[in-house]
Parts: sequence; C-alpha cells; structure tokens
Amino acid sequence: MTTDQDIEFGLDSFVPLSVDESGRELSGDVVIRNTVDEAVLADAVGIDSFNIAEHYRKDMMDSAASIILATIAGRTKRIRLGTAVTVLSTQDPVRVYTEFATLDAVSNGRAQLIAGRGSLIESFPLFGFDLNDYEDLFEEKLDLLMRLLRDQPVTWSGKFRSPLTKQFLSPPLPVGHLPVWVGVGGSPQSVVRAARYGLPLMLAVIGGPPIRFLPLIDLYKRALVKYGKPLQRIGMHSHGLVARTDKEAAEIQWPHWAHVFEGAAAERGWARPTMDRFQAEVDEGSLYLGSVETVATKIAWVIRLLGLSRFDLAYATGRVPHEQKMATIELYGREVIPRVRELLSGPAEEQAPRDPSLASANGRSSTV
Amino acid sequence: MAGGYDVAISGSGPAERIELIVEVLAPGARALSTDEVVKYAGLIVLAIPMHRFQELRRDLFAGKTLVDAMNYWDEIDGVDGPFATAPAGTSMLVQEWFSSAKVVKSLNHLGYFKFEKSRRPRGAPDRIAMAAAGDDPAAVAAVLQLIDVLGFDAVNAGNLEAGLALQPGGPIFGAGHSAKELSNLLSLEVAAPLLSN
Repeated sequence: MTTDQDIEFGLDSFVPLSVDESGRELSGDVVIRNTVDEAVLADAVGIDSFNIAEHYRKDMMDSAASIILATIAGRTKRIRLGTAVTVLSTQDPVRVYTEFATLDAVSNGRAQLIAGRGSLIESFPLFGFDLNDYEDLFEEKLDLLMRLLRDQPVTWSGKFRSPLTKQFLSPPLPVGHLPVWVGVGGSPQSVVRAARYGLPLMLAVIGGPPIRFLPLIDLYKRALVKYGKPLQRIGMHSHGLVARTDKEAAEIQWPHWAHVFEGAAAERGWARPTMDRFQAEVDEGSLYLGSVETVATKIAWVIRLLGLSRFDLAYATGRVPHEQKMATIELYGREVIPRVRELLSGPAEEQAPRDPSLASANGRSSTV
Repeated sequence: MAGGYDVAISGSGPAERIELIVEVLAPGARALSTDEVVKYAGLIVLAIPMHRFQELRRDLFAGKTLVDAMNYWDEIDGVDGPFATAPAGTSMLVQEWFSSAKVVKSLNHLGYFKFEKSRRPRGAPDRIAMAAAGDDPAAVAAVLQLIDVLGFDAVNAGNLEAGLALQPGGPIFGAGHSAKELSNLLSLEVAAPLLSN
C-alpha cells in the first residue's frame, strides 16, 4: 500500500512560447532560459521531478529536451530530470540511450523518461516516417530501447533501422538507473503493451473526467498478471495552475487556454472553446486549477481514486507569462504538495470535486 | 448492452488478441472474428481508420445495416485520393464499396468521452441528440432506435448524402446539441451545403 510519502510529485513543460505580462510574445531562446529557471525553482521548493515533452512546432521550444535537462542538471542537485514524453516512434533508440545515459551521468543518477507515441504527429513527416507505421514503429523501438537498457551487448534486428551485433553503447548505466515509463493517452492496446514489458504506466490526461481511466487501470493490472509481471507503479499527468484564489487562477489561465484550443479547433475541426467548457474541465474534468486548497483536494482525490503513486502537473497551458508560472511552481511545491500528503495520510473520506456523480460512475468498483 | 443489445466485437486480427481488452473494457461483450460478427449481427458498426475499409470484401456486409462511424483525417488517411475531396460525403464512398449493405452514417460526430458522460434517459431535460443519415428507411429507423437506447435523442438527418453535415469541420461535429438545435443545424446545411476544404 503506497503511503503518502512514497508518492512523487513532478512538473511537466512543453516549453511553450509565452507572453510577458504586457502581452508581448517572448522569443524562443528566452522561453528556454525561463524554463531552466522554472526548473531550478522547482528544485528549490522540493518538487520531485521536472519533465520536458517533445514537439516540433512553432509554439513549443521542447524539440531538444535532453539539452535543457542537462542544463538544469548543472544548476541543481536533487530534482529528477525526465521527459513527458520522448516520442520514441520517430527517434533512434540508440541515440535515446546515449543521450539519456549521459544525462544520467552528468546529473549523478537523476534521469528518467516516459516513452510515448505522442499525440501530435509533426515528427513523422519531419523525420521521414510513415504514419501508417505509427503502431509498429513504437513497438519495435520500445523493444530495442529496453534491450539496450537491460541486456548489453545487444544483438538485434528489426524493420525500421539497421541491425546490431554484440553492440555495447556508452556510457554504461548503473543497474536500476534511467527508469522508463510508458505514456498512454487512453488506448487499451498501449496499456496492454506497457504490461507486456512490465513497465510502469503514465496516464496522459488532457481532458475529461479522470474516472474514465479506472477501466484502463483495471486492464493494466490484469494484463500484468496475464504476462507474469510484478505490479508496477501508475502515474498521471494533467494540466493546471495554482494561484491565491480560484478566481485568480481562472483569470490567469482562461485566455491562454482559449488561445490554444482555438488553434486546435481550427486545425482539428473541433468545437471552439467556451468558458463553460473551461469551467467544466476545472469542475469535473482534468484541469487542476484554482487555489492551493482546490488543487490539493483534487489531486488527493484522483490519487486515491486511481491508486496513483506519481502525479505530474503540466503547469499552465499555453502562453501564460513566466512570472505567473514561477508563482504556480512556488505554491505547488511549498503548499499544494504538503497539503496533498496531509490529506492522503488522513481518513479516506470522499473529497470529490464539485460533481458528485463522479464519485462512483456506473457502479464500477476499482480493484486495488 | 445496458439497453438490451447483445454485443460482439472484432478487430483486424484474431479474436484472442482483443479478448482481455474486451473482457475488461466491455464486460459482457464477446470478442469474435470479423466473419463471426457479420454472421451473428443484425446491425454492424464500422469504426476503423477510414483508409482501411477497402481491405474488407465488398460483399462482406451484404444485406446488413452498416453504421458508418468513420471520419476522414488527413494525417491518417492521406491528403490525396477520394476521401480528401468526397464532395457527396465519405459515407457515399463507403456505400459504393459495400454496395449490398445498407449504410447509415451515424455515431461519428460525438467524441467517445462525451458519449459516455452525456447519456440520459428519454425525457431528461438536458438530453443531447445524435443524428443518422441513410438511404434505406428501415435501416435508418434501426439506428435511430439504437441512438435512443444509447441515451440520446435521435434525429433523422435525411439521405446518406445529407450525412455530409455530420462530418468534421462543420458545426455539428464534436459538439453536443439538443434535438432541436441539431435539427436546425441540419436544415441550415441543406440550405447552404457544407464546403470541404
């Protein structure tokens, strides 16, 4: 049974282009340096990890996560440094190994990664991969990555890269270093795959009520049993923002959330964002947004609901100014996390967010 | 299943591959092969990536009501080819391919997460609607009944070509509308047809 002290609380960043407090857009290099400062603050306020995503877009500066993470490593001593996620399908597992084993060395053992397929697909045409191979690419590369991590020297062949014969890669990783999680967005096949490899599961939740992940967690645990693997950890990352009051948090986040979803609606043919939808995500969905008490209550609730031992906050969505992100990080580290631990070590009374129908949906019971 | 339907599911591979998933995520449904699903089913929902439906035999669904729940996405299905333009709607291409089936366009225009949380009993004031479009009246009626059982008001959107209004890019797709709003939007689409870009 996981105690409140075993739970890890991290932060996620897409290193998004942001505006300054007067609304003027900052340049990409400034944003990258700001992100390093945000991670250094996270380390100072006791947050457990800082995890950077991987995109190839004009509005996100996270295309070379390992470099940013290495810079953070040089300025910190304690915080773990990870990815959320490494888009393994369009990467070379050999390079992923060498970069992250080196990150682990420069950080004195603090590297981690989440391997995912990614929900955006710009990397496919950019690196010359066929979207029809979306599934097979990830499968093959995860297989190779795990061989490189567990089983050197490696003799291996596959469809998408040249074979390896008794291959050693440098630097060697001490046993137990560089934990790999599998990121899943909601596809049952991804969950089963994570179980097949015996890897811990990271749920990437970008919207909707968290309770809908209960059946997937059930599936994961049963698949672990089926494949003869020991029980693994389950984590989740979701978006949010912390301010002094619920109202202030909504006021800071809403215009930037709307901006992101306007763009997505245009690209994807979705309905355009409204304040009602935003508020619904805060009240019943997957935005962890509000005052310290609001956010802590919701995080503690979801940790209990889903049996999580890791929660990462993707702090702020879109172009929220750096100053406000620093304030969120400060509150998250100094006040939210201790409050969540306090709530979790207390009695397990229901502290559900505003919508009571989320407390038990369809009479499903969660297996613990 | 909650509405009394007997449900079987198949994927592109053997039934064993999806057995655990079906058991956990849809307990009570059966994992079968596609041929067995076709033999066994009165109404079939086709929910696969659009560019793959032509891997299925053209006579596979002969005589069956086939709900086309597919949507065209350029990144997945390609920017060239018939799906990208399809001026009469992608379901017309599906009907052309499976010429002996009775294709009804439905279940494509509401996100799966919204599906689950928006189900309501008949008469509930906040019940939203889903539409069905098809050329065979009996087939459309069966799908409208399914929609109602699933927990949504059912709106007849007209013939299969009128199903164009349910595709991504228009005001109906992805949004949850009441039956009245949905009917209004559909009649607006008839007046000024949806232009695909």
